[in-house]
Amino acid sequence: MIDFDYTLTTVVLGGALVGLLSGVFGVYALLRKQSLLGDTISHAALPGIALVFLLLRVKHPLALTLGAMAAGWLGTMIMPAVVNRSRIKLDTIIAVVLAVFFGFGLALLSVIQKLPTANQAGLTKFLYGNASTMLRQDVHVMAAFTLISVCAVLLFWKEFKIATFDADYARSLGLPVRWLDMLLFSLIVVAITVGLQTVGVVLMSAMLVAPAAAARQWTNRMEIMALLSALFGMGASISGALLSSSITHLPTGPATVCIITLFFLISILFAPNRGLLWRWIRRRSHHGEITQARLLEELYWLEQNHEPGSHYHEIRSLQAVNRERIDRYLDTLTQQGWTERSGAGGIRLTSAGLKQVKTAHAEMEGKERL
Amino acid sequence: MTNPSSSSPLPLDVTDLTVAYHEKPVLWDVDCVVPEGTLLAIVGPNGAGKSTFIKASLGLIPTAAGRIKIFGKPYASQRKRVGYVPQRESVDWDFPTHALDVVTMGRYGHLGWFMRPGKTEREMAMDALEKVGMAEFAQRQISQLSGGQQQRVFLARALVQDADLYFMDEPFSGVDAATERSIIQLLQELRFKGKTVIVVHHDLQTLKEYFDWCMLLNVRRIALGPVDEVLTKENLHRAYGGRAAFLRS
Repeated sequence: MIDFDYTLTTVVLGGALVGLLSGVFGVYALLRKQSLLGDTISHAALPGIALVFLLLRVKHPLALTLGAMAAGWLGTMIMPAVVNRSRIKLDTIIAVVLAVFFGFGLALLSVIQKLPTANQAGLTKFLYGNASTMLRQDVHVMAAFTLISVCAVLLFWKEFKIATFDADYARSLGLPVRWLDMLLFSLIVVAITVGLQTVGVVLMSAMLVAPAAAARQWTNRMEIMALLSALFGMGASISGALLSSSITHLPTGPATVCIITLFFLISILFAPNRGLLWRWIRRRSHHGEITQARLLEELYWLEQNHEPGSHYHEIRSLQAVNRERIDRYLDTLTQQGWTERSGAGGIRLTSAGLKQVKTAHAEMEGKERL
Repeated sequence: MTNPSSSSPLPLDVTDLTVAYHEKPVLWDVDCVVPEGTLLAIVGPNGAGKSTFIKASLGLIPTAAGRIKIFGKPYASQRKRVGYVPQRESVDWDFPTHALDVVTMGRYGHLGWFMRPGKTEREMAMDALEKVGMAEFAQRQISQLSGGQQQRVFLARALVQDADLYFMDEPFSGVDAATERSIIQLLQELRFKGKTVIVVHHDLQTLKEYFDWCMLLNVRRIALGPVDEVLTKENLHRAYGGRAAFLRS
């Protein structure tokens, strides 16, 4: 039985905020094909957290978050600056920034661990995420950042959308795309740093990308995609928090990421239109339609060799030019009333079938003329 | 075409435009003056700087030197009078949106900050889709449109900008012959309404039939003027080198 005590309500609330934020901003990371950005930002944030702690020697939630943001932001802004000024490609600089910042952060963490202060414990929770140590204070900080970020998205919705879809065109309309991008990336940094405490540096990128990727499968509208992505993120975070509170020693971060991965897999497989299962079914039915049309066409050509309507053609002469089994398709054609069978393995076009073939011919000619 | 008595400033007046990329000139010292109501084609070999010319005119890329005036003023102050059709390949057509929504983006510049497109904008977008023969595809996800249909969506988006000067970067790429004809008809209508349309074009064969003016470009400006005067053997040779023999025998 799950007991909604102080800790659990805190964890659930915090998780919901993390899921909401990473869900919404993951949509932008995904649509801009910068899914790796989340990974870089979260790793880059670590030295910020460690430095702030080294300076203050206390775990002040707002200060630590701000430190994480500053470092994450610095890491994010270095990348385009280097790409624009040199011939280094984005994937290279992403790898470099991620490793350098993270390495520096780890080094600082080991320095902190050797300090005589007893207060240092718990900073490693930023590596793998542990929501159970979260305080109401932490949730307040997260809520404030969430509120600001969501308001910003609502205000700049159309600007962010056009800058994501067609940056050059947006610029030609006079929108300050560079500033919009910077604002958007700063908000992504906020979303990630807010989630670090619960999900951790290592797994945070999954929280950013998976809800958005899952949401994309279900809709062709960006508005709905963002809503769904937020819902998926929240759902996964909350259930991850509940799961880890009911199973001892299961950390929140990995639990949440497992659940969002499940959402993602289900969406990839079963979503209508874009899902793999759907595609498979559609390909099968296309294949069927094409085979049927081809069989009608072949019957039509057989018909040309004889007096119209006088003659049943042997099914074997169709089988001879088809590699696969065609009985099923011939049955369908007969059911449609386009062909008729004789008892002795014969088949011919009906007048409806003939009309069908001629319509197809006319359609094709029309397309060629266009 | 041009009314000599009118004192209205030229739609496009480019002087000494130079664009360089890694110390290599892409456009070098290009002058281009286009009178009002002209349908102008920019032609030249690959890498001649055709798209760069359009992007520089729109202030999308930094210029090394030169001056660009749109209706006598810098671009920044004339944005609402300029429409743009970027290359179709420049965007991800799997973006989660439909045709009508993309066309509505043409009004974003007029809407201003924080304002959402409403009924008026959607009606304008519907009208524009109607004009390019795409009304029935308004709600279609853009990845499910053919290349020619996507091109027409971009064209409709530029039309709702209700501009006086249009820049179009290869609006005929990936378009079948019928669509090409309907697009050129639309451009000619714009020209008759006194609009100026500047188009990056590839097909020298149709140049004379489609366009009034032509700018032959190969990093430097080879020639500019009425199509007949520009398309001389000598000019083509200067722009295309030996390959011109294949292009116009």
